[in-house]
Amino acid sequence: MTIAKEKSTTERKPLPKVQIALIAMALIYIALVIFIPAINVFTQAFKNGFLPFFSNFADPDFRSAIQLTLLIALVSVPINTAFGLCAAWAIARNRFPGRALVISILDLPFSISPVVAGLMIMLLYGRQGWFGSFLERINLKIVFATPGIILATAFITLPFVAREVIPVLEEMGSEQEEAARTLGADDWQIFWRVTLPNIRWGLLYGVILTNARAMGEFGAVSVVSGNIAGKTQSLPLFVEQAYKQYQTQAAFSAAVLLGLLAVVTLIAKAIVEQKTQIKEVE
Amino acid sequence: MTAVSSTTNSRIKFYKLPWNWIATGGYLSFMLLIPTIALFLRAGTDKNFWAVATSPIALSAYDVTFVTALIASLFNGVFGTLIAWVLVRYDFPLKRLVDAAIDIPFALPTSVAGLTIATVYSPNGWIGSLLTPFGIKVAFTRLGVGVAMVFISLSFVVRTVQPVLQEMPKEVEESAWSLGASKSQTFFLVILPSLLPAIFTGVALGFARAVGEYGSTVIVASNVPFKDLIAPVLVFQRLEQFDYSGAAVIGCVMLIISLIMLLIINLLQAWGSKYDDR
Repeated sequence: MTIAKEKSTTERKPLPKVQIALIAMALIYIALVIFIPAINVFTQAFKNGFLPFFSNFADPDFRSAIQLTLLIALVSVPINTAFGLCAAWAIARNRFPGRALVISILDLPFSISPVVAGLMIMLLYGRQGWFGSFLERINLKIVFATPGIILATAFITLPFVAREVIPVLEEMGSEQEEAARTLGADDWQIFWRVTLPNIRWGLLYGVILTNARAMGEFGAVSVVSGNIAGKTQSLPLFVEQAYKQYQTQAAFSAAVLLGLLAVVTLIAKAIVEQKTQIKEVE
Repeated sequence: MTAVSSTTNSRIKFYKLPWNWIATGGYLSFMLLIPTIALFLRAGTDKNFWAVATSPIALSAYDVTFVTALIASLFNGVFGTLIAWVLVRYDFPLKRLVDAAIDIPFALPTSVAGLTIATVYSPNGWIGSLLTPFGIKVAFTRLGVGVAMVFISLSFVVRTVQPVLQEMPKEVEESAWSLGASKSQTFFLVILPSLLPAIFTGVALGFARAVGEYGSTVIVASNVPFKDLIAPVLVFQRLEQFDYSGAAVIGCVMLIISLIMLLIINLLQAWGSKYDDR
């Protein structure tokens, strides 16, 4: 009854002309900034049909870039998921001095420029870096090689899982875990049987964001990778390199793969958001 | 004697720490603290710190970076609020799609963003070709850097303002109307003040992101010093020339500014949550 009444007042009140003008302005802005550039990725990639797109797969550098990008995600996402859970647990389940500071430190990768993140890794593991001569002696290559790229990616994507899991853990409370403990469950059992089922959507959300950023990271990776085609060139670096060398078709073929990654990410995000909303209503 | 007992004490305490604390602390130190310290030490021990940090090329790079990022994020402050308003208050076809599109800048890798913005806004691109008759060049100029920064930072404003607008009680507005306030009075005197913390937080988040942005801006810009060279590109170029100290100094300046921005964002969020309690 009240809902119907409220609705009728809101529908009667607004001036349609102002409303239409505001909607139009918002849509034009979104179109100029987001929609047109996003659609452009797909039309440019397929403007000569699907054949040029598929013929790019014959390029060994392109295939190697795809492989490296998958490898980066395959290593850095699990590491940061495990760490994120660890950190979220420590932060959400304890009150200790300096807790706010730890959360701020955890957020650092969000506010540091990716180039500065890459620079830090160079200063530690590069030839002139702190551990440079030691690494050279034991013949371990980090910078300008895959380990450095993974390290840079892990740095950039570090906060996502912890950020998403901390609020869920806090909301869940520790009563269920304590109940399980009094019933004789050990830490491992509590985590798998009680905590994980409760935080699974938040965790999945964090993993989706981590994966998207890990596969798409450009700045930090380009500093530490050396950008050697076929070796240390990930897909986002391939896009830039191809564009610089006026191989527009190759650039957009790689870009469309990353664009598809973005689409899949957004759909997965929407599904998780819907799931959690349904849970809240229940 | 006391020294011995205190060390054993601390050792016992260390072993008593749960393993996840040790893992968290260890990983955070390894990934974040040690690299940050390394950067500060490298920059701080450089005798020419001030000379490098305030060299003309560095000053012009700060100017291009910070002024462009500020203009871009303020622009988004206005239009981001408008978009949030339209998405929360009005109904129109394909609204859900538009709402989802706001997240594209978060999900789309930055080099792809740079590539497509450079293409769309180039003189023969979809939008660029419409602007060339007016003598406006976007791609490979400072304006292009601005467009890339607008793209990168738009989501922040929309996504911080939207929830606040959604939870704003209708009664406040209705009582303003019933007391005789006009539509615009209601908006500017009643709604906008309570949105301000969220708008400023979004602008600050977007600004911080735009300042550090590299992938999209490096592709859109021509990276000519004193014209459209931004600070992150300058760091990158110094590293390419194996000038680690020079890179560290400029990187250090950027890091300090990021830390200040982080502080400001935290204060703004505290201000916003105070508003909630009232």
